[in-house]
Amino acid sequence: MSQATATSHGETPMIEMKGLNKWYGDFHVLRDIDLTVKRGERIVVCGPSGSGKSTLIRCINHLESHQQGEIVVNGMSMTQDVKRIEQIRRNVGMVFQHFNLFPHLSVLENCCLSQTWVQKKPRAEAEKTAMEYLERVQIADQAYKYPGQLSGGQQQRVAIARALCMRPEVMLFDEPTSALDPEMIKEVLDVMIELAREGMTMLCVTHEMGFAKTVADRVIFMDQGQIIEEAPPETFFNNPRSERTKLFLSQILGH
Amino acid sequence: MAGESMRDVMIEARRPPNAHRGVVKWLQRNLFNGPLNSVVSVITISVLLWALWPLVQWALIQADWLGDSRQACSGEGACWVFISARFESIIYGFYPEAARWRVDIVFALMAGLLAWLAIPRIPGKRWAAIIAVIGFPVAAYVLLLGGHFGLMHVSTRNWGGLMLTLTVATIGIVGSLPIGIVLALGRRSNMPLVRAVSVVFIEFWRGVPLITVLFMASVMLPLFVPTEVEFDKLLRALVGIMLFWSAYMAEVIRGGLQAIPSGQDEAGKALGLGYWHRMGLIVLPQALKLVIPGIVNTFIALFKDTSLVLIIGLFDLLAIIRAGLTDSDWLGFATEGYVFAALVFWVFCFSMSRYSQYIEKRLQTGHTD
Ligand SMILES: Nc1ncnc2c1ncn2[C@@H]1O[C@H](COP(=O)(O)OP(=O)(O)OP(=O)(O)O)[C@@H](O)[C@H]1O
Ligand SMILES: [Mg+2]
Repeated sequence: MSQATATSHGETPMIEMKGLNKWYGDFHVLRDIDLTVKRGERIVVCGPSGSGKSTLIRCINHLESHQQGEIVVNGMSMTQDVKRIEQIRRNVGMVFQHFNLFPHLSVLENCCLSQTWVQKKPRAEAEKTAMEYLERVQIADQAYKYPGQLSGGQQQRVAIARALCMRPEVMLFDEPTSALDPEMIKEVLDVMIELAREGMTMLCVTHEMGFAKTVADRVIFMDQGQIIEEAPPETFFNNPRSERTKLFLSQILGH
Repeated sequence: MAGESMRDVMIEARRPPNAHRGVVKWLQRNLFNGPLNSVVSVITISVLLWALWPLVQWALIQADWLGDSRQACSGEGACWVFISARFESIIYGFYPEAARWRVDIVFALMAGLLAWLAIPRIPGKRWAAIIAVIGFPVAAYVLLLGGHFGLMHVSTRNWGGLMLTLTVATIGIVGSLPIGIVLALGRRSNMPLVRAVSVVFIEFWRGVPLITVLFMASVMLPLFVPTEVEFDKLLRALVGIMLFWSAYMAEVIRGGLQAIPSGQDEAGKALGLGYWHRMGLIVLPQALKLVIPGIVNTFIALFKDTSLVLIIGLFDLLAIIRAGLTDSDWLGFATEGYVFAALVFWVFCFSMSRYSQYIEKRLQTGHTD
C-alpha cells in the first residue's frame, strides 16, 4: 500500500476495484467486479433495475460493505476501520436519487455542515465556499430557504453543491435525475456536464443516454451483479457486442 | 366597442371578505349557521351551563376568600382560606422560614432562565443554555441544600410542597431526556453488546410500576448498602424516577429515529461525518422534532407522577395538602385542597403542552416529501 501512495498522483487510479464480491444474505449481488477509474475519467454505469448499480457505487464510499475483493480509493485501500472509511469519504462526493438534503437546515447550512464539522473551517470561510458552489449551480439566491421550499431540480443542484463543498476528488451520482420531472432533468444535467468539462472524475449511474454520449469516456453495462460490457460511448451505442446490451439498449432507446 | 376594453380607474385594494371578525360574526358563522347547527349549539351550551354552573358558584361566587382561620368560612361555597392560611407550607414544605428566601431565589432564577430559553426574541441562547446546564444546577444545589458559604444546612427531609414537586419534576425531566436519547441510540446501535444492554435496561424499567421503583429505592436499597452510608432518601427517589422515565423517553425517541429515512444518515456518511456528528447534527434534531408531542407527553406524565413520592414519605405539593386535611382545626376541606392541587398541576402541565405546540410550529421548515 505504501508503494501505491508513494507514486505520483497522476499514476494512481482514482478508484480501483479488484475481484469485488458482495452478498445480501444468500443473494450474490456483485460478482467478480474489476473496475478501474482513472483520474479525470467520466464513467456512466447503466443496466436493468436490480442489476446492482447502486450497490456497486455505494461500496466505493462504504455505504455498503463487501465480503470479498479490494477497493482502493485515491490510493487508500478500504478497510473496516471507521477512521479510514471517514477519510476516504472526504475525497468522495455523492449525489443521491432522492437528494437527501437535510430538511431541518437551510440550503446554506446544508452546504456548510461538513465543512464546519469535518474540515473544521471557520464559519465565514465555509459560507464563502458554500456560496461559491451555490453560485456555480445557479441557486445562490435560494441560499436561505429550506429544502422543502425548493423544486426537485433545485434540491438536486443544492445536493451537488453540498457535495462539491468538500472539494472531493471524485463524484458519485446514483440516478440523480430519475426522481425529477422532465422539465427539471435538464437543469441538473447541465450542471453535471459543466462539472465534467472542468475535469472532475465522475462515476454516474444514469439512464440519460444523451448525457452518456456527451460526457462519458466509458459506458459500463451491468446485469445480474456483473459487468457485462465496458466501452467508449460510440462503440457502446453503435456496436454493442453482447446480446444483453443490445436488448437493453433497444428497450431504453426504443421509445 | 365589444371585445375591447380599457381601465382608466385603478381598483383599490379591498380587505378580504372575512376580514371583519366580530364576536357576533364569529358566532353566526361557527355556531348558528343553519337551523340544525343552531339547535345543537343551544343544547350544547345549555348542557355546559347546567353542568358547570354549580361549580362556578361553588368555586367563585359563593366562595370565601378572606380571613385567616376557620371562622372566615361561611360554608356555602368553597373556603379558599384553607389554602391561603397554609400557602407558605404548600410552597416551601417544612423548609425553615429563615431560609425561604433561598428557595425564592431559585424559583426566580428558574423562571428567568426558562423565559430566556423559551422566548425566541431574547438573544444569547448559547449562554442561557450553558447557565441552565452548569450554573443553575450548582446554584440551586448550594442554595437549597446549604451548608456552604455560611448558609444554614437544610436537610432534604425538610423539603416539601411545590418546591419539592418542582425539584423532582425538573431533575426528572432534565435527567431522563439525555439518558433516554443515549438508550434510544444504544438500542439502534449495530454493536450487539450496546444494543443488548439498552434493550435489557429499557425493558426492565418499563416493566415495573413506578411505585415499585420508589419502594425499592427507599426500602430495599438500604438493605444492600452498609448502614454507615446514609443515602439521601430524596436522592434515591430522584435516581429511580430518572431511570424509570428515561426508559419511556428512550422508546418515544426511538420512534422518532425510526421515522427518519436512512438516506439522511447516508448523506451524512457520504459527507465524511462521524457517528456522533451524524446523530447530533442530522438525525436527532429531526427525530426529536418529530416526537415533540410524545416527549412532552412523557414530561407531563412525569410531572404528575412526582406526587407518588408521597408513598415513601416525601411531602410534595399533594402530600402537604393532604397533611393539612388532617389538621384538627381544618377538618373537612378536602375538596378545596384537591381542587387546588389539581389546578396547580394543571397549570404547569397545560403550559408545557402549549409551549410544545408553539415550538412545533416554530420548527416547521416547509413541507418535505
Ligand atoms: N439491503 C438489501 N437487502 C437485500 N437485498 C438488497 C438490498 N439492497 C438491494 N438489494 C437487492 O440487490 C439487488 C441490486 O440492488 P441495486 O439497488 O444495487 O440495483 P440497481 O441496479 O441500483 O437497481 P435500480 O435501477 O432499480 O436502482 C436488487 O435485486 C435488490 O433487490
Ligand atoms: Mg439503484
